[in-house]
Amino acid sequence: MTAKISYDDVEVGTELPAQSFPVTRATLVRYAGASGDFNPIHWNEKFAVEVGLPDVIAHGMFTMAEAIRVVTDWAGDPGAVVEYGVRFTRPVVVPNDDKGAVIEVAAKVGAKLDDGRVRVDLVATSEGQKVLGMSRAVVQLA
Amino acid sequence: MALDQSFVGRSYPPTDPYEVGREKIREFAEAVGDANPVYTDTEAAKALGHSNVIAPPTFVFAITFKASGQVIEDPQLGLDYSRVVHGDQRFVYTRPVRAGDRLTVTSSIETIKSLAGNDILDIRGEVHDEAGEHVVTAWTKLVARAAEGA
Repeated sequence: MTAKISYDDVEVGTELPAQSFPVTRATLVRYAGASGDFNPIHWNEKFAVEVGLPDVIAHGMFTMAEAIRVVTDWAGDPGAVVEYGVRFTRPVVVPNDDKGAVIEVAAKVGAKLDDGRVRVDLVATSEGQKVLGMSRAVVQLA
Repeated sequence: MALDQSFVGRSYPPTDPYEVGREKIREFAEAVGDANPVYTDTEAAKALGHSNVIAPPTFVFAITFKASGQVIEDPQLGLDYSRVVHGDQRFVYTRPVRAGDRLTVTSSIETIKSLAGNDILDIRGEVHDEAGEHVVTAWTKLVARAAEGA
């Protein structure tokens, strides 16, 4: 396990490069297949509306998977992520148009821990609304 | 009706082993648009000190969530899954999941709370490899929304 970032090179408040992740209906169908979660709220608009949603929504686990890419791209080795947790506060609504939705992810070092580890605090939003809460990862740095 | 508190601490039998396939990891990485070569290229994974390609940090959820079906579908517990939403998810790793792993999951109910008519259930999934070594623990919080008029 070899992170590209050194513990000594970061401080509390160090920002990780932010990223935007597009998500369309095709993305969700593909994620459904890869993850085995075929809940129709993630691909069937009629079903989603019938159960009270505004439209098809992204899998929470898809949003969680995208958000951590800000950390794994920064650290270099995804194996350096030793803890990762989120709260699903709001769904990402994915309209059936050419654009779909966008998940914006920002992150910064929230704390320096023992043994070369840092806590990274993530903020994931879509349409200006926070979609993940209490989103944190612990990363083993070099 | 609130879930029975006596289920707190209940543990379910370990699942049959799930064999992690490298093509399944590739499919997952492509589905989330992640081109990191450590997921697909053995040499790139070895350069980082891994013995084989590894899986993205949330990949294991597919395995632990399937295992949590033992809890969700336990007729004695009586969870109304049609009202369930995924509240929180957390993973704590001892090491990354890698291709070739044969993983078993032992699920248990960590807490049951009732809040404003909602049932909140925390399921812990302990994931071990073939040698019995711990790989990752997954905590899944499920919220069963109150039935209308309840």
